[in-house]
Amino acid sequence: MEKQEITKKINAFLVEEFELEADQLVPEAMLKDDLGIDSLDFVDIIVIIEKNFGFKVKGEEMANVKTLQDFYDYVAAHVNL
Amino acid sequence: MNRVVITGLGIYSCIGKNLEEVKESLYQGRSGIGFMQERKEIGFRSALSGVMERPNLKGLLDRRLRVGLAEQGEYAYLSTLEAMKNANIDEEFLKNNEVGILFGNDSSSKAVIESTDIVREKKDTMLLGSGYIFQAMNSTVSMNLSVIFKLRGINFTISAACASGSHAIGLGYLFIKHGMQDTIVCGGAQEVNPFSMGSFDALSAFSVRESDPTRASRPFDKNRDGLVPSGGAATVILESYESAVKRGAPILGEIIGYGFSSNGEHISQSTVDGLLRAMRMSLKDAGLTPQQIEYINAHATSTTHGDTSEAIAISEVFANCNPLVSSTKSMTGHECWMAGASEIVYSTLMMRDSFIAPNINFDEPDEYSEKLNIVSRTLNKNFDVFLSNSFGFGGTNSSLIVKKI
Repeated sequence: MEKQEITKKINAFLVEEFELEADQLVPEAMLKDDLGIDSLDFVDIIVIIEKNFGFKVKGEEMANVKTLQDFYDYVAAHVNL
Repeated sequence: MNRVVITGLGIYSCIGKNLEEVKESLYQGRSGIGFMQERKEIGFRSALSGVMERPNLKGLLDRRLRVGLAEQGEYAYLSTLEAMKNANIDEEFLKNNEVGILFGNDSSSKAVIESTDIVREKKDTMLLGSGYIFQAMNSTVSMNLSVIFKLRGINFTISAACASGSHAIGLGYLFIKHGMQDTIVCGGAQEVNPFSMGSFDALSAFSVRESDPTRASRPFDKNRDGLVPSGGAATVILESYESAVKRGAPILGEIIGYGFSSNGEHISQSTVDGLLRAMRMSLKDAGLTPQQIEYINAHATSTTHGDTSEAIAISEVFANCNPLVSSTKSMTGHECWMAGASEIVYSTLMMRDSFIAPNINFDEPDEYSEKLNIVSRTLNKNFDVFLSNSFGFGGTNSSLIVKKI
């Protein structure tokens, strides 16, 4: 899957499921501080990733995902394994 | 001891999505019962149910506040929003006062079943998401509403089968009466999805008059054949009289009596003795004689055993005074965990607007109901005091008395 497509899919569910505004979704945005995604939201993100990208996240792996770019990279690394 | 008054009411039910719609349905004797094809497809003996629209709270509540709300929690959010509004309670009041919540709820089946199905299929609890835990617990309604409305007082759920909503109000009354709280959001909520009713359907307790849904719930009628399950949510805001007067809140009635009992007998069948004791205890608490009760909102669900026990108990407690009686379940069906609260809402609306809603479908009495003064057509009547009965599985009974002031 192309990186561009991954970015598009992630942005789409952040807008759809998390009701974020598209213009908030800049790569350097901090998931917690800028986008307000808290620890419970991460639990839901695990489910959404499984549905959209077909792999299961290990909770502890998400610990280093701080920015939206980190998130794109994390998903890309797993999808393109 | 503090006097305890009702300063806010809210309702979301199969006969209306707010107080005014519900009042109109009550006055018109309009049934909210329908046939749910989906239930037939999953093997229900009876597909009858109260029918209501699932609210869409997107735009009203943030996602984080919505994901933990079960179906009945959504109804309860709307009924509480309405009650807060007409009690003139705003964010500022909630910030500066320790307002509590006591809600009746005794199941959250859909969330329990769906989450179990996911774990069985996926064999991975990490694929459940964050919402199910907060939806699946019996305390789902009180836990979610206390967060949504930022409540800082007492906070728990009453699970007492079909008397849950009534006991919630009874307990709220006691906490305020004894000076431990000034304001408590009380109520009851009931899920309507088929998952919540399959095991109840298994008891063959539901009416199978499927060809004529609005005629199926017929409490006290000789030709009844069972109850019709229903649901929604009702909110009754209780407040100390002093607090209500101090802030100029509307006063819709005063809770003056709470009586309760346990039958100590059969798990599903009521006893006359238990019902008698609950009603008599509420009269004693209110300091009233039976003659002073003008209207009884009966628990009567449209089952032969339950209706008969209640008819005998009412006849005995109210011998020689024969107050007006009706069961609003004839229109709403049995709202189960919510019923004790919704029937306080219904009866208080009737008292406010001077009418008694009919016990529809009461075409022919039996030997017990013929002794009662059952209102089968809407009666325009001013009244000042009513008693509301609620009984539940396990033999838990609750009677509340409300007075106009």
